[in-house]
Amino acid sequence: MTQAISVEEIKAAMEAAVPGCRAEILRNESPSAQHSLLIDHEHAVNVAAFLRDDMALRLDFCSCVSGVDWPDREITEKVKVKKTVTTPEGEAQEQDVEETRKTMIPGFLEAVYHLFSIEKKHGPVVLRMRTVNRGGDARLPSLTPVWRSAEFQEREAFDLYGIVFEGHPDLRRILMWEGFADYPMRKDYVPPAEDDVEAVAK
Amino acid sequence: MLGEGIVKGLAETARNFLGSFVDEERLTTVEYPEERLPQAEAARNFPFLIYDGDDAEKGLRCVACQICEKECPPRCIHIEKSKDKKPDYVGKQQFYPAVFDIDVSVCMSCQICVEVCPFEAIRMDTQFELSTDDRFGGLLWTKAELAKTNEYYHSIHPTEAGETDARLDEEKAKVAAKAKPAEAEMQAKA
Amino acid sequence: MSAMVTRVVLEEEESARGVEGELLEISMGPHHPSTHGVFRMDVRLDGERVTRLKPVFGYLHRNHEKIAEKASYLAAIPYTDRLDYLCSMTNNWGYALAVEKLAGIPVPERAEYIRVITAELTRLQNHASLIGFLLQDMGASGTPLMYAFREREKILDLFESLTGARMMCNYMRFGGVRVDCSSEWLEAAQNIASSFPQFLDEYEQLLTGNEILMARTQGVGALSAELAVNAGITGPMLRASGVNYDLRKVDRYGIYDRFTFRVPLGDHGDVYDRYMIRLLEMRESVKILEQALAAIPEGPIIDPKTRLRGLRPKAGEAYGRIEGPKGELGFFLISDGSTNPYRYKVRPPSMINLTVLEDMCLGRNVADVVVILGSVDIVMGEVDR
Ligand code: SF4
Ligand code: SF4
Repeated sequence: MTQAISVEEIKAAMEAAVPGCRAEILRNESPSAQHSLLIDHEHAVNVAAFLRDDMALRLDFCSCVSGVDWPDREITEKVKVKKTVTTPEGEAQEQDVEETRKTMIPGFLEAVYHLFSIEKKHGPVVLRMRTVNRGGDARLPSLTPVWRSAEFQEREAFDLYGIVFEGHPDLRRILMWEGFADYPMRKDYVPPAEDDVEAVAK
Repeated sequence: MLGEGIVKGLAETARNFLGSFVDEERLTTVEYPEERLPQAEAARNFPFLIYDGDDAEKGLRCVACQICEKECPPRCIHIEKSKDKKPDYVGKQQFYPAVFDIDVSVCMSCQICVEVCPFEAIRMDTQFELSTDDRFGGLLWTKAELAKTNEYYHSIHPTEAGETDARLDEEKAKVAAKAKPAEAEMQAKA
Repeated sequence: MSAMVTRVVLEEEESARGVEGELLEISMGPHHPSTHGVFRMDVRLDGERVTRLKPVFGYLHRNHEKIAEKASYLAAIPYTDRLDYLCSMTNNWGYALAVEKLAGIPVPERAEYIRVITAELTRLQNHASLIGFLLQDMGASGTPLMYAFREREKILDLFESLTGARMMCNYMRFGGVRVDCSSEWLEAAQNIASSFPQFLDEYEQLLTGNEILMARTQGVGALSAELAVNAGITGPMLRASGVNYDLRKVDRYGIYDRFTFRVPLGDHGDVYDRYMIRLLEMRESVKILEQALAAIPEGPIIDPKTRLRGLRPKAGEAYGRIEGPKGELGFFLISDGSTNPYRYKVRPPSMINLTVLEDMCLGRNVADVVVILGSVDIVMGEVDR
């Protein structure tokens, strides 16, 4: 796999072609070194169309669309803080005290697009979009109007992760049945008890 | 000419049909179960436990380390470790499985358990005619049903069993070699 | 954007007719002999003509991805066998390749050769049986399929003597392969490689010039190159539409850059081209096999430094893909540094190749739908996962 054009160059080209678009480079430290570009919602379709049609890039083939779930995380870190402590001797003193601080990192859902160019034979370029949260605002713009290969895969991400792709022509459940309530690929999904499965099977 | 392709195709079919009377290559089916094809030596179906000697309880190589239980992809192995210990094949005191069950209705014959077992205790069987009318009990194999002799292992996978035995012998020799200087030292002291 | 045009035409047509009552809505499948497993198509018919077709998936869904996310890197390999259960070897390879990219694992020479040999054998048996199934769908009950199965059986016997299983091989590991092959095995593989062209000649004699086959396939289910690219079609189906894109040439994964072979391309993108492409690809596969069997070196078969059990790749992600017999088979892995993948995603070629099923079937009759579906080459184990 040849990555002919670096992510930095793509980012610059993107921002020049689509005014106002915001992109962020996410480094990938693993040996694969497939870095990705996080793009904003408003300009996503324009950016995608640019990537597809630009003569130098020609990313005409959207190979893989994956949903990823990043649940809320709580980070506990030990921090040293200065505090006025009343010691048994009665005198107030300033001391270094270790305190555990908890920070909540709100979760989100992510859609990852792996793009290649059939014409220029390069790739992968990895695009990412993130939802605001995992609840009611799990929305992303659909890139199916740009690459039709995203049609079934976005439906799958909707079905299994609950990402609502706005502008998708036919957003229905694909693998689970209509009327199924939950999103089974989320990390906090609780499968039905074994006996229930048995009962359904009978 | 229209129909030429069809005629050519029919000639091909005829060649195969008539050929099946004279050529083994073209006669590919056998009348199972009266007639059977020999199995490949590497064939695998469900796992079994090996024991040395004649006593399945005493000779069982498994030391209940539970690695296979943890690594089995569908988690169809259930092991309960014993409270006491018994000597293993090199004479070291080891635990043994008080309970060792495999649910073969879940087992997918992947042989990951064989790959990860460090004690050469579990191997793949080649038996495949295993239908039963008891859906639950009949398909839950207990330790007694799983235990097979090393000779049986030799009879189904001779090459592999030979290699295993060679490895075990080497290990035993190593243990013996280590034990000897220690013994000699003891005697010298005495 | 040609991709969306057909849809619009369809809606217009419906409103123009205005006689909803005369359209017939039928459900083909899920238990239909032509659907290659449990697969359903909701078809709307105007007489015999298809005016709408919606595929319905999920009958074989078992959430393969979730299972693999809960299993260790090693324990996921036997599950990949069960994706496209005709081609477990290539599935193993795709997954192993992704893990190797993720963790930076080298593969020894001999293992690379064995991988190529087993993958090309897999391609042979997949394409041969696909043609058999396609002909079965066309109404040629049995004969072509049985001839294909006769050859496939020889390859499966070979797999069994190497890996212990005929279809669920569970053979490749990240960093190499599981067991070494003997010289007898290589000889047997050589025999298959040398006798396969003869079988292909017979097969072509039986089928290629057949007037019924030509009438049923030429011009049926044509797919344009732009639509194929835009819809992410890969594999023989893409090349039948005339797009030169074969990952063995493009990515040169493994050691494919050492072999000389050609990539056959089609002109019309119809069912006949898809049939021909597979026949030609089998001939190329035989060439690769011959070269690989002649050059296979001695040596280790697995990277000795790689821990199979308890592999913990550094946090990061990787997308690995190979040219499977059905198209681009990709695996997307995200590691969080633990013993099981944080995210494991399969890019299933057979499912994505169905994106254009409706476009190919519109305006054709029901009998053509069966043939078009047959030419896509799907396996439900992979579509539904
Ligand atoms: S063969 Fe596979 S599924 Fe069966 S017990 Fe062993 S590890 Fe488990
Ligand atoms: S069979 Fe092997 S891996 Fe499993 S518990 Fe026994 S010794 Fe351990």
